[in-house]
Formats: sequence, structure tokens, C-alpha cells
Amino acid sequence: MQNDCGCNCNKTEDKRYTELKAYIDSVKDSQGITMTVLQEAQRIFGYLPLEVQKFISENIGVPIAELYGIATFYSQFAITPKGKHHIGICLGTACYVRGAQKVMDKVVEELNIGVGETTQDGLFTIDATRCLGCCGLAPVMMIDDDVYGKLDNVDVIPAILEKYRG
Amino acid sequence: MNGINELNQLKAKAVKDFEVTDGYRVVVGMATCGISAGAKPVLEKLREETAAKGLSNIQIVPTGCIGMCIYEPIVEVFEPGKDKVTYIHMDPDRVSKVVSEHLEKGKPVVEYTIGEGEGDKLRNLDDVQFYKKQKRVVLQNCGLIDPENIDDYIAIDGYQALAKAVTQMTPQEVIDLMKASGLRGRGGAGFSTGMKWSFAAANEADQKYIICNADEGDPGAFMDRSVLEGDPHSVLEAMAIGGYAIGATKGFIYVRAEYPVAVHRLKIAIEQAKEKGFLGKNIFGSNFDFDIEIRLGAGAFVCGEETALIASIEGKRGMSRNKPPFPANKGLWGKPTIINNVETLANVPKIVLNGPEWFRSMGTEKSPGTKVFALGGKINNTGLVEVPMGITLREVIYDIGEDCLNGKAFKAVQTGGPSGGCITRENLDTPIDFDNLVAIGSMMGSGGMIVMDEDNCMVDIARFFLDFTVDESCGKCTPCREGTKRMLEILDKITAGNGTLEDLDILEELAENIKNTSLCALGQTAPNPVLSTIKHFRDEYVAHVVDKRCPASVCKALLSYFITDACTGCTRCVRVCPTKAITGTVKQRHVIDQDKCIKCGACMDACTFKAIIRK
Repeated sequence: MQNDCGCNCNKTEDKRYTELKAYIDSVKDSQGITMTVLQEAQRIFGYLPLEVQKFISENIGVPIAELYGIATFYSQFAITPKGKHHIGICLGTACYVRGAQKVMDKVVEELNIGVGETTQDGLFTIDATRCLGCCGLAPVMMIDDDVYGKLDNVDVIPAILEKYRG
Repeated sequence: MNGINELNQLKAKAVKDFEVTDGYRVVVGMATCGISAGAKPVLEKLREETAAKGLSNIQIVPTGCIGMCIYEPIVEVFEPGKDKVTYIHMDPDRVSKVVSEHLEKGKPVVEYTIGEGEGDKLRNLDDVQFYKKQKRVVLQNCGLIDPENIDDYIAIDGYQALAKAVTQMTPQEVIDLMKASGLRGRGGAGFSTGMKWSFAAANEADQKYIICNADEGDPGAFMDRSVLEGDPHSVLEAMAIGGYAIGATKGFIYVRAEYPVAVHRLKIAIEQAKEKGFLGKNIFGSNFDFDIEIRLGAGAFVCGEETALIASIEGKRGMSRNKPPFPANKGLWGKPTIINNVETLANVPKIVLNGPEWFRSMGTEKSPGTKVFALGGKINNTGLVEVPMGITLREVIYDIGEDCLNGKAFKAVQTGGPSGGCITRENLDTPIDFDNLVAIGSMMGSGGMIVMDEDNCMVDIARFFLDFTVDESCGKCTPCREGTKRMLEILDKITAGNGTLEDLDILEELAENIKNTSLCALGQTAPNPVLSTIKHFRDEYVAHVVDKRCPASVCKALLSYFITDACTGCTRCVRVCPTKAITGTVKQRHVIDQDKCIKCGACMDACTFKAIIRK
């Protein structure tokens, strides 16, 4: 039997799929919606698992191979889940010349994971970001929406991370 | 919106609200930089305290980037008939005092003003050295108006240029005006805007598009973001004027998803402009229809290249393609398309209103107007700087930037981001314009200007940019995909201390090949940071490969730590060393075992006697 979403999947109970379907229906008539749909899906689900890509493919008629190609091309899209807290370390040029690499090294050392990876407890993901635009505060690190600037002394970093562990 | 008269009525009303005739207008810098520095609690506290005290003659206005990042959060108080007062490094406690002293009793709090530390001399930003050589045209409204209130924009002649264009000029006249002004694209290459528009105008098509390229990808530049956050309507107005000139009825703004504040304000601005009839059908009672849609980028530097940007809006991987056909002939969905950068567009309404002679009165013969730079790195006055073209780099760095941080020696300034190059001391007196910067081995680029001092290793900087381009190469053409990767591997080898002199020759050869054979500008310019650093700082490369030494003490693998006579034997270093590489008896000089040392620098940080040196 077919579901509301037009396929035989088991997703009618998951409200997130309903939300995504409603969005797809609202933009269906515009041109070039693939990116915008993926962006909306990422907002709803936090990342783009294969299931979600399949769902989108069935609903907008774009082959899943193409969707996967797009999802892996742009750095904004993630196909694996992200940690609860997102650590973005600015590696823009202004931060870099003022010691951003040391900040990065310290965070990597503290959490014992690489850039782009998530800690085993699912708490943190580290990302290198491009210019956050607050060069006056260089070097800068962002955790979720909080900005930590002037991290010339990297010894303060463990205490900052600790705040998010509670 | 039926005609210019209706706009003028709106303006008359808006001016009354905008101009303070009684009381105060208090603006808070609320661009991303201000918000990062803590402007939100400052704005909230201002609203709270003034309400609690029942002060009614005060307008509190969030505004865009005021320009001086190092002083954020900034609050400026305007009072009729008086100079404005600029408060810096504001926090909620300081706000309380400003409200009770200045806004309530009329006595400015001198100690929080920018004249801080200069006795009782009260100053505002206009008096600061940083602004003296600047000329604010594009940024004129940033930090003055509320970007989320269209009436503020209308009050300062907003949408007058659009009204003039569609009601009094033919599309050809608009194009001729742009050509006469000599405006060149601010996105990097510096192509004539009027010329570009004329190409698309000449093409017959059922649909044409105008795209605003707000995919500001240079990792050290944020001018476009500041314009979008501080003055979004100027970009919308310019797009409509451009649409009218080339015959496009639809515009797209392709903006980085990493700029949430800019996206938010653009959305508000588009809604407000539609509501007032500046966008939509029959604008100003003419036959001209124009609509704008926002499309978000998803984090790909290559999408700043126009054909890649078009692919991305079409919903594909952002990969560039061969030109011709140029987008002006075959662009978005195969239709004639014009792509202009944010800063370029922000100039357009002002040129339409003030005329090409006015625009040509600033800057140089071949590069008229101003240019906004994001001045950053090892410089005292970090911030957004708008200067007339033709000013020298020396003036920007020493008069506006007020020298390197901590009295360190200037080494180079990098312009053009990952596509540009380094400019050294001997070229500091070159007047800045599109052609001169190319002549000295760099480029204008979008406007990142990063200052480096003696502590920066130029090999490491070249490696940094290459690392960026390798990451951002779209992978379509081999020279860029494979070539940049090979170059990065060689630079990694050099910074790890395993390089040879032959490597330098291979680097240069690869660089030339990549420049000549890559498909798009990303690959064609990717080797520039390497070539320019080899040209100007060959001795640093040689020190890395021959002497196995990093003169700036940056490349970890080439550093060694030593303990000098100053050691008191306190054992502090022994305790912090993660590899137990330090040995010695208490109260006697310690020694570092170079084989065990991993060069983490922990001992040097821990030593309170400055007995550990790195060389």
C-alpha cells in the first residue's frame, strides 16, 4: 500500500518526514530546488542519512546518485551524524597568522579526535571553518553559537570545553 | 508604488523619524563582528534601562558594521547640534552608567569613549586616525541606518536611483551611465560593469537573469557580508537597476549559508521592498517587473566562480565549465545572465544618483571609486577599511592600520586571498588599483588584506593557502585537482624538513603548468601564493631545505628547544613535559633530550625564568 509520501516506506509516522514532504510540496514548482531541499532536510534531520536521500530522490525525481554527489561535494552537508556541540575553529587567514593552528592542535589534543570527527560520546564535533568575520578577535573559536576570541593562550581551552560537558 | 512623488512623500515622513530633533539616537553595531563581541546583551540592556527609567525621547537602533572591529561592541550616541559620541568595548555594566549619566542627565561618560586614556578629551570615531584617510561610499550607510527598517534607507535617498532609472532613463542610458562611470567589478578581476551589462542587454531572450554573487569565499575577507548586514537595500536596489538595464525580470542572490545574519536581513529587506512596491510588478508605475530570490551556498569556494555559481543555483555540484559561452550569452538555465559582486552593486545606486563625474572624482583614471578592504592579521587596527583607489599600501598599513602588533617588524601583506600574492616592503608605495597590484605580483581579489610580521613563516603561509585550494578544488580538471595536491605534498615535505633544492624547481614548474592549463580561475590562480613567496622570500625556502631551519620559528619539525644558563633547576618543565625528555637535578641546569622531544613547547610556556629558547 502506498503512503502519503507516495512510496511504500515506513515513514508516515516520523513527523520529520512529513515536515520535509510539506517543504518539497511548497517548492515543487520552482526550478533548481535540489540544493534547497537538501538544505532543508539537513536542517530537519541534522544530517543526510541514506534513508533521507532515498526519500528525497523519490519525491523530487532526482537520482540518488546525483543527490549523493551533491551532498558530498558541498562541505555544509553531512552524511554522518554530528556531535551535540559543534566546535568551529576559524582557519581564516587572519586567524591563521595569529595562531589558529595552535588553537586547533589544542582542541584536537584535548578531545583526541581529528578535524571533522565526532567524539565517541557524541558530544563534540570539530570543524575547521573559514573566516567567521570577527578578525578583530583573532584567533577565534565558536562552540555552537558562543564565540571565544583572542585565544592567544591555549591553556584556557580545556576549561571552555568543560562547560559543555555538564 | 506609482511614481517618484509617492516615494518622495514616503521619504519626507521617513526623514522625520530618522533625524533626531529632540533627544538622542543611540546606535549599536550589530553586524556579526559586533554580535560576536557581545553586542546583543548591550542592546538588550539599553532597551531595558531606558524603559525602566521611562526615558521616552530616545531611539535605540541596531545597525550594521561600524568598521572598527577591535573596539566592538560599539555604541554611538547622536544628539541634534552636537558631535556624536562613540563608546567602545561596551558591556551591560557600562550601558547602565551611560544611560544614567549621558541619556538621563546629558553628561557623556568620558572614560568609556574612544578618547579613553587621553585625559578628558572626548572624541568620536570620526576623529580617530583609522578613519582619516578613509572615504566611505559603499559603507556610507553601514553603522548609520537600521538595516531591518526600510524607512531608514528611504530617509537617506533609498530607492531614488531606481525611481530615476525606470521613470526617466532608457535601459541603454543606464548602461551608458555605468560605462561612463568606469565602475569595475569588485569581485576580483575588475571587468567593466557597464560593458558586462551591455553584453547581456544585446541578447534577445524570453528570460534573462541578474545574480548577486555574495559567496564571499576568500578566507580573510568580510566586506560583502558587512554590506549585506548593514545596508541590504542598496544591493536590492542595484539589482533592480541592473535588471532594468539588461532586461531581466528575475534576480538571485547567491549568499553563503555561513552568513546567517546577512541572510536574515536580506529576507526582511526583500519582504519590505515587495510590500512598498520597489520589487514586484510595474515598479514606479512603469512596465518593469522585477523579483529577487535568495539561494544559499553550501560551503564551496569554487562557487564564487561564475559558471560554478550558476551550476549551484541550478541545484547541481558547483563545478565550473569552459567559457565561452559566457554567462552573458548563456548562463542560468541557458539564459543570458549577469553576475555582479555585492560591493560592485552597492556602488550602482550612488552612481545613478550622483552621476559618473562624481564617481570618477574618486580613485584613479583607470580604477575610479573606492575599494573596501578587510584589514587583518598582525596589525593594530583590525577592521573594515574603505579607501579611494590610488592610495598606497603604506598609507593603509601605517596610517590607517597604525603599524604591526606589539612593535614587530612588518614582513609582507597578502592581498587577493588564495588567488593572490604577497607584497613586500619595497612595493609598499605602489598606489592601489587593479592593474598595479597585478604588476607587482598580487591582485586586488575581493579585498582581504592580511598583514604578516617577522613571526610568520612564508613557506607555512604558502602551505596554508595551498591546503585551502586543494580542499576547495572541484576536481573537474586534472591540473587543478592533481597539481595542487602535488604542490601541497612538496610544501609539506619542505616544512617537515625533508625538502631539497630541486623541490623548489619542481614547485615552480608545476605552478606554471597549473596556471596555464587549469579550466577556471580557481586553478589558474591557485599557485600564486607559492610563486609570490618563492619570488620574494626565496631565502626562507632555502633556509628550510638547506639549513633545515625555519627562520620565523613556526615549522615545528625544524625547531629545537634548548635550556640556557638562566635555568634555576625548579623542575617545573620536567613536570609538564609529556615525553619525559627533560632531565636534571633540582637547583641545577636541566637538559632536553632532542631525540625524545616532540617540540610541543609546553616547557617553554611553563618556564617562569625564560630559560628555554627555541631556534
